[in-house]
Amino acid sequence: MSLESYKTEGFFDELFASDGVPHPAAAGLVEQLDALSRADLKRRQKQAEDILYQSGNTFNVYGDKKGTEKILPFDIIPRLVSAADWAKLERGINQRIRALNLFIQDIYNDQKILKDKVIPAELIFSSACYLKPCEGLSPPKGVWTHISGTDFVRDGDGEFYVLEDNLRCPSGISYVLENRAVQKRILPKAFQTLKVRPVSNYGDHLYKTLKFIAPEGKDEPNIVVLTPGIYNSAYFEHAYLAQQMGVPLCQNSDLVVEDDTVYMRTTQGLKQVDVIYRRIDDEFIDPQVFRKDSLLGVPGIMNAYRKGKVALANAPGTGIADDKAVYAYVPKIVKYYLGEDAIAQNVPTYICEDDKERDYVLANLDKLVVKAVNLSGGYGMLIGPKSTKAEQKEFAEKIRAKPRDYIAQPTLSLSRAPTLIGNGIEGRHVDFRPYSLFGEDVFTLPGGLTRVALKKGSLVVNSSQGGGSKDTWVLGEENYYGVAE
Amino acid sequence: MMLSRVANSIYWMSRYLERAENVARFIDVNTHLMLDLGLSVEETQWYPLIATSGDDEDFNKRYATADEKSIVRFLTFDDKNPNSILSSIYRARENARTVREVIPVEVWEKINELYHLTQAHSRKRSVEALQAYYTEVRQSGTHFAGMMINAMSRGDGWHFARMGQLLERADKTARLLDVKYFLLLPRGEQVDSPYDNVQWGAVLKSVNALEMYRQEYHSINYRDVAQFLLFSKLFPRSVRFSLDYATVCMEAICEQQPNCAALNDMKALRTRLMEADATALIASGLHEFIDEYQLGLNRLDQSVYETFFKD
Repeated sequence: MSLESYKTEGFFDELFASDGVPHPAAAGLVEQLDALSRADLKRRQKQAEDILYQSGNTFNVYGDKKGTEKILPFDIIPRLVSAADWAKLERGINQRIRALNLFIQDIYNDQKILKDKVIPAELIFSSACYLKPCEGLSPPKGVWTHISGTDFVRDGDGEFYVLEDNLRCPSGISYVLENRAVQKRILPKAFQTLKVRPVSNYGDHLYKTLKFIAPEGKDEPNIVVLTPGIYNSAYFEHAYLAQQMGVPLCQNSDLVVEDDTVYMRTTQGLKQVDVIYRRIDDEFIDPQVFRKDSLLGVPGIMNAYRKGKVALANAPGTGIADDKAVYAYVPKIVKYYLGEDAIAQNVPTYICEDDKERDYVLANLDKLVVKAVNLSGGYGMLIGPKSTKAEQKEFAEKIRAKPRDYIAQPTLSLSRAPTLIGNGIEGRHVDFRPYSLFGEDVFTLPGGLTRVALKKGSLVVNSSQGGGSKDTWVLGEENYYGVAE
Repeated sequence: MMLSRVANSIYWMSRYLERAENVARFIDVNTHLMLDLGLSVEETQWYPLIATSGDDEDFNKRYATADEKSIVRFLTFDDKNPNSILSSIYRARENARTVREVIPVEVWEKINELYHLTQAHSRKRSVEALQAYYTEVRQSGTHFAGMMINAMSRGDGWHFARMGQLLERADKTARLLDVKYFLLLPRGEQVDSPYDNVQWGAVLKSVNALEMYRQEYHSINYRDVAQFLLFSKLFPRSVRFSLDYATVCMEAICEQQPNCAALNDMKALRTRLMEADATALIASGLHEFIDEYQLGLNRLDQSVYETFFKD
């Protein structure tokens, strides 16, 4: 179907430089899409959805007693990232993750950055993510954030900006891998012409990272994935990652701590566990240390961790570095620890705790996006230009009552990507989350989750708010698919 | 070696699928039997199917009549009946979901597909409208077993899955024999009549045994049918065969465990079966024997649970 009539409508577009004219890197893909009829595209879209449904890659809808399952809506027109853009993103992420690791280590130990007054100490100690039980801890090999996902958006100028660092239990990587598997069946020819970099070896990289942090002397460590269980919305991903690595998927009832050593219950009795990739949040991981009412965690696991008998990925306490208020200081954090300017740019951020910045926010609520620092998934947000006076008033009151809990950012003109909508192709806003692993080195998977706001004009891409996803093709210099994958 | 919880789930995943397949086959064969016997709708016998499932008490409590419609509903789509096809497939899938990381992807996809198919059919009520569905359930069972055979390493996961399937089978085959014996045989004058032979033919068919039986015994009578289904060393749905191979699985699982209680119980049950004198048994009291055997199976179930799955 002809994409000549595709309109960018003044937005930065991921495939098109201007109406009907693709970016040079996207020319090959656009040509192939053009060759497909409308009916053919729709048929392929349907085929993709059927494959996803059949493979059971569904998430549970919370609060639905009937256990309704949904697939994450998938759009078959991929998003491209050029080799040059990727190289810069990769460098930016690498730098950021190293700096944030040094920051977390410092915060729970010497607190030099606070003594030097680069970051106000109150900001740290008032954070819900600051975990006192982690004071004095140094995780194996000095790595805290083994697995992370950095959220980017692209503004009207075509520049990528970091929106958020996800340093605790970022989800979505399974969609990256599954989307790719589906996409290869839907548009096989395109892969051969575009030199798309492969993502399917993520499981190997993850395994290597986890093996790296095993306690000394464990050459064949027993590595497990720890899930809150089958009713968790990301359960599919937990099982998927365990499967990709060929390691057991444990629930809390499978693990027991005796003499500060973690064991799993097997058909042949207890077997020691050396490394845990835990997908349970900090505050639930050990009821003896954190939330007493939690039934998800393993009593005693923190002691085993402290004594170096078991490694945890990610280390408890990393949340302090992705607190949305700390985010505003990341450029300073990079400078402080590495002596370098940040490569990946932040979105300008106003901290409501700061009197001057709060006054500005309150005076400009109709122009800004306000976010609650402790909520995610698109909840607790005010999108100024789309809000009513009443909503603005409500947020003004919330901000005045608890300024520490809010930040604000200017509304960006998010980039768009061509998306199959009804019977045609229209531009929809997208964001981007590449995934990184930090073991011996920082590795960022050349790909990532592109989320797309399927509703016309919407800027909210979260799956809980009606967003979908796209396969993301990072282009390389060589033809990767000719040899591998 | 595997997580106890995972071993439990994979065992039940496979057991529930075997159960769903068995129920589908019973219904299917009963339908054909009614046609063979030329019975009118009012005369058809559906109640023995409920007796086979062992859930007659629950059925009688919740259903007023034992006609085709209510029985098909009870056995197929009643979500309050824990042994209906729908419940079995639902539970098989829930169990499969918790062991996705240890089973081949295709196996999970097959179970998932069967679940969605069941949801799609669950509004239909008559056997006629459901023929294709029952065929699909039976074929899925075979498909599932085949994928496991061809794609799964012979480790503990495999052995627990196979043992679940075989113990379910060891139970269902004996139960079917017992119920048919009890319900179909009381009229002494009909023994070995053409009517009787058709019925016992249907019993054989419901465990896919008709052709294999004929190769060994050629003509149908209840003594040989009982002999074949209980004691055949070669037929894969006989009680003897099921226990033989369940024992092989259990031995593999218990390789590292000296004095494994579940293995000892299984061996004891198998020995009792092998020592039974088939001819004398059939003359004196098949029902009593099967009753006792089933109690032994229940003890074994408990023992498997205590040995491997319990915290």
